[in-house]
Amino acid sequence: MSALLDSLLGERPVPAGLAGVRAAAAAALRRRGLPGPRDEAWKYTSLRALEQRRFVDGDRGARARAIDAPFLPGAYAARLVFVNGIHREDLSEVGAVAGLHVERLGGRPDELAALLRSAPTGDAFGELNAALALDGVRVRVAAGARIEAPVQIVHVGAPAEAEVAWSLRTQVELGDGAWLRLVEHHVGTAPNANLASIVAAYRLGAGARLDLVQVQDAADGAYLVRRSEATLGAEATLDLNTVEVGAQLVRHDLVVDLAGRGARLRSCGVFALRARQHADTHLAVTHNARDTACDIAWRGVADQRSRGVFHGAITVAAGADGADARLANKNLLLSAQAEIDTQPVLEIHADEVKAAHGATVGQLDERALFYLRSRGLPLELARRMLVAAFCGAVLDGLEPGLRAHVDALLAARLPQAEVLP
Amino acid sequence: MLKIDDLHVRVAGKEILKGLSLEIAAGEVHAIMGPNGAGKSTLGNVLAGRDGYEVTAGRIEYLGRDLLALEPEERAAEGVFLAFQYPVEIPGVNNTYFLRAALNAQRRHRGEPELDSMQFLKKVREKLAVLHLKDELLHRAVNEGFSGGEKKRNEIFQLALLEPRLAILDETDSGLDIDALRMVADGVNAMRDPARAFLVVTHYQRLLDYIVPDVVHVLADGRIVESGDKSLALKLEEHGYAWIAGRHAPAHGGAGVAG
Repeated sequence: MSALLDSLLGERPVPAGLAGVRAAAAAALRRRGLPGPRDEAWKYTSLRALEQRRFVDGDRGARARAIDAPFLPGAYAARLVFVNGIHREDLSEVGAVAGLHVERLGGRPDELAALLRSAPTGDAFGELNAALALDGVRVRVAAGARIEAPVQIVHVGAPAEAEVAWSLRTQVELGDGAWLRLVEHHVGTAPNANLASIVAAYRLGAGARLDLVQVQDAADGAYLVRRSEATLGAEATLDLNTVEVGAQLVRHDLVVDLAGRGARLRSCGVFALRARQHADTHLAVTHNARDTACDIAWRGVADQRSRGVFHGAITVAAGADGADARLANKNLLLSAQAEIDTQPVLEIHADEVKAAHGATVGQLDERALFYLRSRGLPLELARRMLVAAFCGAVLDGLEPGLRAHVDALLAARLPQAEVLP
Repeated sequence: MLKIDDLHVRVAGKEILKGLSLEIAAGEVHAIMGPNGAGKSTLGNVLAGRDGYEVTAGRIEYLGRDLLALEPEERAAEGVFLAFQYPVEIPGVNNTYFLRAALNAQRRHRGEPELDSMQFLKKVREKLAVLHLKDELLHRAVNEGFSGGEKKRNEIFQLALLEPRLAILDETDSGLDIDALRMVADGVNAMRDPARAFLVVTHYQRLLDYIVPDVVHVLADGRIVESGDKSLALKLEEHGYAWIAGRHAPAHGGAGVAG
């Protein structure tokens, strides 16, 4: 067994209600092991270095840590803050909003266990998530309720006495016709090499709408494996904006089931990487009903020796006639040492389907660069302007305050002037 | 102001300029005419500092400095401006933001205070009026979705805003109808100044009816083969470039003699 699993799957005190889940998940994970290079879904992301690391299971000191992290701007209906996977009452705010129910599951191990058991099995990191989970959060919106201000879930990564591994489970349920804006924010207080595992499930009832913003600005050096899994009822809409700029190694599985007739997904995302960062986004959308639609536009930028992976798979199941699927993935390499692998995959088992997909990897337009410089803009500023414009094309869905925050994040990170040795 | 001496330039391994010499004093307007492929656009690009233009011999002195030693942005800040033959569309970069960033970058380089957005907008409004450009173009991305004429007028608008000392117009007249041509010429003429020089590169004589040059040069096969006053442009119009070719056996380098 790897050092990683060895360090995490040993005996430890567990709340009684969680013991069974932990034991079952740990046993399954021991049998399975972590994915290797022959695993097609992990072809471009090697876990070899991660596997050799040892982690402490859970941050016992998380409740006491002084936290100074930049939270996102804007008003919110509720804000839940987790530090290394542990809920922080003192940093969170949950007011009374009609139709909105926000529950923390750390103190209710039986309910958390039920939630963990409901997760799909068959995936090593899903099992790791269940084995390590000590806390979770459930957000429910009553049928017909429209929650105006967003709910924020903040994941703060902080250095601990040792390198810790932590896990968190999130469940979001929207009743029929409900409307919610949800912001998930990953942020770090200081560089650390902790390992985080997050599994989030979103269930949208008929005609519900979820505007989901994911801003991943985790600490330098951090490892983050997350799965976002959505199921949409009839005429439901998921509007997803994802930004990935932080952490050392990130794997994000975005799985969307367009289960009800007329369900639609709009997914815009951008990753911007530097140094030796590695970010792997696996998007899998399945059209399982008639007249479903997805519109996916992702962009990636890789500088220095970083590596980006985008796998965008759309499946139209038999009988899902009238499906409309669009996927566009554009990527920008800023250095000769950077690498981006993009794989659009379209699998269609129905007739009468509209589908379009395309992927490109290119470099900054020399003509545009010269044009800007010929007007007096220094090379670095010209490059930054073009990179910002490239990323900005998929960020129009963000409300202005958030957009400004993301623009600033991107501008501060890319492009880097020098190439790493 | 500008002194080009025996300039040889290769592009993609092919020699395009083969010993071009030219001198322009402050306050003068020079026109360069020539057939397609003579090297007209190459000259503009070399002056502005574009990559891929390899100077194999000769030198360019601008305000007493070695122009070729400067980066494109330094040249711009020192007052060199190229109005592009094909202005580049830059999606996602707002025109106003770009222009203010450019102007302030130049001002910083020269040690002048930057303009705040109020001062900048005031300046913009003055210049827009001269070129009959709509405010709306300012809110769009740089050149994106602009018509051919709008792109060219936008170049002259930038020229007016950045107030360079040496303006190079690279076939600014191509693709313009007569009204747009007049607006462009009005914009340029309003900028004529004893401290400012223009190098107007064109294929046709038509533009020179509106921007009247002090000197006309004929560029053929990589060098200046003929220089004269504005009447030279009219002769070319009448006889065509074949007339020049017929009058000049392969030259021995350096400028030709005015006919």
